[in-house]
Amino acid sequence: MNQLADRPKWNWDVVWEHLPAIWGGMVVIIQATLAGITIAMILGLFLALGRRSERRWISWPFAAFIDFIRSTPLLIQLFFVFFALPEMGIVLGARTSLILGLGVHYATYASEAYRAGIDAVDKGQWEAATALNLGTGTTWQKVVLPQAIPKVIPALGNFLVAMIKDAPLGSSIGVAGVLFVARSIGSQTFFYVETMTMAGILFLVVSVPAALFVQFLERKYGYEAA
Amino acid sequence: MPDLILSPSNYARLMEGLVVTMQVLIGSVILGSLLSLFFGIGRLSQRAWVRRASSVYVEFARGASAIILLFWMFFALPILFGIRGWSPMVAGILALGVNMGAYGAEIVRGAVNSVAKGQTEAAIALNLSNTQRLRHVVLPQAVPVILPPYGNLAIEVMKGTALVSLITLSDLAFEVQKLRVNSVVIADSATTPMLYLNVLAIYFVLAFLIDRVFKLAERRVAAKFGVKPPRRKRAGRPTAGVGVTG
Amino acid sequence: MVTKPPETPKSEMMVRMRKVTKAFGENVVLRELDLDVAPGEKVVIIGPSGSGKTTILRVAMTLERPDSGTVEIDGRHLYHQEKNGELVTANEKHIRSVRSDVSMVFQHFNLFPHMTALENVTLAPIKVLGKSKEEAEESAVRLLESVGLGDKTTHRPSELSGGQKQRVAIARSLAIDPKVMCFDEVTSALDPELVGEVLGVLRKLAEEGDMTMMLVTHEMGFASEMADRVVMFDHGRILEDGPPSQIFKEPAHDRTKSFLKAVLQH
Repeated sequence: MNQLADRPKWNWDVVWEHLPAIWGGMVVIIQATLAGITIAMILGLFLALGRRSERRWISWPFAAFIDFIRSTPLLIQLFFVFFALPEMGIVLGARTSLILGLGVHYATYASEAYRAGIDAVDKGQWEAATALNLGTGTTWQKVVLPQAIPKVIPALGNFLVAMIKDAPLGSSIGVAGVLFVARSIGSQTFFYVETMTMAGILFLVVSVPAALFVQFLERKYGYEAA
Repeated sequence: MPDLILSPSNYARLMEGLVVTMQVLIGSVILGSLLSLFFGIGRLSQRAWVRRASSVYVEFARGASAIILLFWMFFALPILFGIRGWSPMVAGILALGVNMGAYGAEIVRGAVNSVAKGQTEAAIALNLSNTQRLRHVVLPQAVPVILPPYGNLAIEVMKGTALVSLITLSDLAFEVQKLRVNSVVIADSATTPMLYLNVLAIYFVLAFLIDRVFKLAERRVAAKFGVKPPRRKRAGRPTAGVGVTG
Repeated sequence: MVTKPPETPKSEMMVRMRKVTKAFGENVVLRELDLDVAPGEKVVIIGPSGSGKTTILRVAMTLERPDSGTVEIDGRHLYHQEKNGELVTANEKHIRSVRSDVSMVFQHFNLFPHMTALENVTLAPIKVLGKSKEEAEESAVRLLESVGLGDKTTHRPSELSGGQKQRVAIARSLAIDPKVMCFDEVTSALDPELVGEVLGVLRKLAEEGDMTMMLVTHEMGFASEMADRVVMFDHGRILEDGPPSQIFKEPAHDRTKSFLKAVLQH
């Protein structure tokens, strides 16, 4: 393949021609991430509450599930959702599978953050709720969660940034994200350097500001908590 | 109810894949550790250009998606530098190592910072050189602080190794995908869900073992210091965005 | 040997504890405690740290569950239910129902930091007593005025002094209309110059008459003037029980004497 040695190192025409398509792939990634983090935030709270249950027959399965998902590769979990679930009667499209996989995987991380936030609420608050005879629902809704959630938000921000970086895994199950598009164009045109570099740079253009925003969130909510 | 246990031949194939996974894991961790040390300390250097260069590496490698980095290393890098016979193993170790190094650098930086100022000052008062100070005074005291988050990071890298299956490296993830395709053809092969559950279980055992190894290391190190090891929760993706993809 | 308690009135007891035992691991904190508190009585419990006096209040407030024994609030068993003429362990619903007659003010206030003073006081009346927002706020404002904080209704706990926080806490507990109020060392965490304002509120509450009050405190002067009864507690048992004049002036036990001597020296 003498072409490899002889060709010019960088072709700007390729860049301009395919930039829109690759950016479109990035948009798919962003959408999937936003959907995934929503699932993670909600499911995560549910997992945290289950994990904290005083009844061992509830808390143990939750703990086992959380630990298992957290300790194993997201890629395999995506494969499971996309390839294995159909055999069990649940058929989901590629994009839905990606969102579900991201959501469940990160829900387990989020659940740990929620647990830490809830545990950080001063014990006296629970005792005051008992002294006022507030019911369980009111205690959680009005006393505990309002104090726990602000502490969890910076962590959730970090998970969002991490999820953006994992979303391109969807290319392995056919989701037309930035990586899938770059690969497709690359395999058709052989301009791998340009396409892959574009994918990388476009990605950084989104992920670095997101990370900075999260740092800003951490500082903001750090003050309030103190 | 389909069998939970796979046939021996399936397991044999998976074990072959596991060997490759381990190779990638060990290679990445070694590279990642070297980079962590280098750039973590670089961030604290007296020389501004070293500090800046280290920060640039850390910010970009942390912001990068491991899978995109991986594909770039496999497809673009060899073309860019005119390398022939580029192996996916090298690309995999490079990508995962570079990604890990950025997170590890932050851990090292934080730990070195946390070593009491008095220690550094005492070392200077004894006229130790910078390198000596680092080697004999600061780093040994930074190690107990580094180990717990580093263990979590190692597990993240382990999860990340599954990505190399996407650049045709025959690791555990690659093997299970092959077996899945086969199962459609061969009648007595396991069902897809059971295949994946088995593989997930193997990764889980790996994660457990890594956790154990680090807990052991933490205890040993703490014993040397005569201090109880910190109570580490196995956190995943905690603060500061520590987390290689996987 | 325990000195006999004064003749209790024939009327029903507001609080009746019988043979209450509570241990934390090896440490037996309450030993077969028998304690009666009459309606409207103001009982002060004194004793050395670790004697278990706070646990008495916490058992009444269901913050600790007794290992054995019974607790009755206004004639109703707190931890037990009558079933076919027998006493069985009560379910949570029953406990909650009886508990509504008891409230507690804490040493460290435990105000809800994310709510204003007014919201702190109205939360329980709205959610538990089912009052409307307007009703609850009206009562809350009056309560806060009665503790001298009518102008602080929209303030958050972080903007209040310790004494002010504790007064809000008292108003908050009063808002649920309890029959018994427990006060767990409510001035111990306050700067000395703020203690007086809280004691003033307690004094006022005591003078108004109706409320049955159980207080654990180190404020002996205050105790001697407003208590109907002082109980000296030590090592899980009631050592002495009588009117303040008796306990403070002529304690029967050496232990009481030495305790009072040590405390009153401050």
